[in-house]
Amino acid sequence: MRFKWLYFLISLAVILPGLFSLISFGLKPSIDFTGGTLWEIEVNSEQPTVNSEDIKKIFEESGLSAEVQTSGSDRLLIKTTSIDAPQKQSLAASMKNKLGDFTEVRFETLGPRLGTELLRKAAFAIFLATLVILLYVAYRFKNLAYGATAILAMFHDTLVLFGVFSLLGHFAGVEIGTLFVTAVLTTLSFSVHDTIVVFDRIREIRRNANLDLEEAVDQAVGETMVRSLNNSLTIIFMLLTLFALGGETLKWFVFALLVGTVSGTYSSTFTAAPLLVVWHKLSVRHGWRGVLRLH
Amino acid sequence: MTPIRILLIIIFLTILAAIVAAAGFLWTGKGEISLFNRSFSYDFTLHRGLDLQGGLQLVLEADMSGVSSADRSSALESARAVIERRVDFLGVAEPTVQTSRLGESFRIIVELPGVTNPEEALSLIGSTAQLDFREGEKLIPTGLTGKDLAKADLQFDSTNGNPQIGLTFTAAGAKKFEEITARNIGQPLAIFLDGAVLSAPTVQGKISGGSAVITGTFTLEEARRFVAQLNAGALPTPISVLERRQIGPTLGEQELQKSVVAGLAGLVLVLLFMVGNYGRLGLLAAIALAIYGTLTLAVYKLIPVTLTLSGIAGFILSVGMAVDANILVFERIKEERRWGQDLKTAMELGFGRAWDSIRDANLATLATVVILFNPFDWSFLVTSGMVRGFALTLGLGVLLSLFTGVLVTRTLVRVFYR
Repeated sequence: MRFKWLYFLISLAVILPGLFSLISFGLKPSIDFTGGTLWEIEVNSEQPTVNSEDIKKIFEESGLSAEVQTSGSDRLLIKTTSIDAPQKQSLAASMKNKLGDFTEVRFETLGPRLGTELLRKAAFAIFLATLVILLYVAYRFKNLAYGATAILAMFHDTLVLFGVFSLLGHFAGVEIGTLFVTAVLTTLSFSVHDTIVVFDRIREIRRNANLDLEEAVDQAVGETMVRSLNNSLTIIFMLLTLFALGGETLKWFVFALLVGTVSGTYSSTFTAAPLLVVWHKLSVRHGWRGVLRLH
Repeated sequence: MTPIRILLIIIFLTILAAIVAAAGFLWTGKGEISLFNRSFSYDFTLHRGLDLQGGLQLVLEADMSGVSSADRSSALESARAVIERRVDFLGVAEPTVQTSRLGESFRIIVELPGVTNPEEALSLIGSTAQLDFREGEKLIPTGLTGKDLAKADLQFDSTNGNPQIGLTFTAAGAKKFEEITARNIGQPLAIFLDGAVLSAPTVQGKISGGSAVITGTFTLEEARRFVAQLNAGALPTPISVLERRQIGPTLGEQELQKSVVAGLAGLVLVLLFMVGNYGRLGLLAAIALAIYGTLTLAVYKLIPVTLTLSGIAGFILSVGMAVDANILVFERIKEERRWGQDLKTAMELGFGRAWDSIRDANLATLATVVILFNPFDWSFLVTSGMVRGFALTLGLGVLLSLFTGVLVTRTLVRVFYR
């Protein structure tokens, strides 16, 4: 752990741009959080003439502001505020006038109230997962330091994930919704999964040989590194193919899992383990007692 | 038990699972089977979720302002029953209608996979279906309503073949109807459904016997729908749409195909990686992974798990994780060898000593899965179907991979790796 400050520096270098983006741009929430309508259609005519401005105008005539994207020559994606069935019917009729016959690929509309509800639920789920994992790790390793550093590594990964999606949201218009929350929670469990393997090894080494914590950490990290890397690689293979070959709907969900996996692998070895050493040094230097003690 | 015997059991289980897994792909997975003179029906087809086959999902909110707080739960339940009866009329294969309560918000979640006309479905589900009769030019309510109705049916006018709606009243309703018609001879009697006039015939004479016919200018489709609504009963409260998600049938099909291709490509990469890295041990792990895939598919069909897109992502992820136990064990075996153990001891030690890590690490994942799946429907946690689909397949994946990654691989190694 001679290079622990370098490891922290690398983390910082990844986290800071994201953090800056989070503070200045925030995240780009999808209709899952804000409420609104997502309407995707495919025009049936042989030579479709799709003009997003025309469609925008139709919505404006009904007093709605809409964001219209075209993909290919025949697909339209419309984002607007929450609309009800009669509104939809009259808009569809006007659009048919302009575009000819079309098929509905997708139509989603949510009231704004569900958004704040989701936010509350997501925050609670993340809090609950963190608490359960903290208690479990602390119980398993009979020491608060292990639980606390595992949680810090989890926060590290969450920050990386939020930062990356804040940047993606600002520069590429990527939105976060319910599935992003799922990805965050899955990242939490991945992160701690890897951390536990490293911690387990530290515990085993200290049980068998009378080593100083720092020496044990060094040895454990060396011994688990290959396994950690290999395991992450198999997960990364699966996620990369899904990201590259899979459909649009899950694309950014899969990407979030990918970021979480990479960050989780790094943080187990290069965040959680060095933090444990830092904790240990502080504990020895200041003579910490009780739950804080890690000698 | 000797490893050989365990291996035989595993092979037997895998063959059974393979039969179930192949159902619907290689042979029709649905039907009946007779055993001991009794017939059992079975269904081994893969259930596709709304996002994969297209369909409509609605979150409705019941307006309980007119209902006393003690009666709200039962009002929600009866609204659910009414909607369920209306949905049956749509002829959707596997509709679900559930209630959910969040604080003072009373909700009904309707899922209609494969519904072809979502607009019609929405108007059928959403109308309150309040039937009432109003008398005279001023349309004064008579007090005769849908509650006095025993049943409605579709009939056809014998002279011109136009559709019409036959009404049969309850005993009390029949009596009311007789009195109303008696005092309104020569006057119009308007029939309202949800505040709109269905028809307003002039009463020719007193009608006894408790049945009546509504003729009007409606199409056959409309007549059918009115009959369905009247028979299903009126909603006890007005409802509004909080959320509506509607997916066309083509989108899901494309996404499904892409995901399957991606999953297979990833699987091949993982298999190559395992064999390349661990040689013959890796090959055994690859076989265990194939068994894992077969068992998982069979379990999906037996439970049955309704497969959604996010569920597929959960499964694909779990394949990547399934080899984790193998990697932990194999790395441990390598180390034990490095520390001077002979091969046989190293293998047994590898499986034994890696177990602590495997257990602890997977328990942490399972804890998250439980929170995501929210098995007790706690309203303070996420209840979204997308999230649940993911949690369910990921959780099953973790459990099954513990079985194949530890027990199956160990048996294969004991028998074949000497």
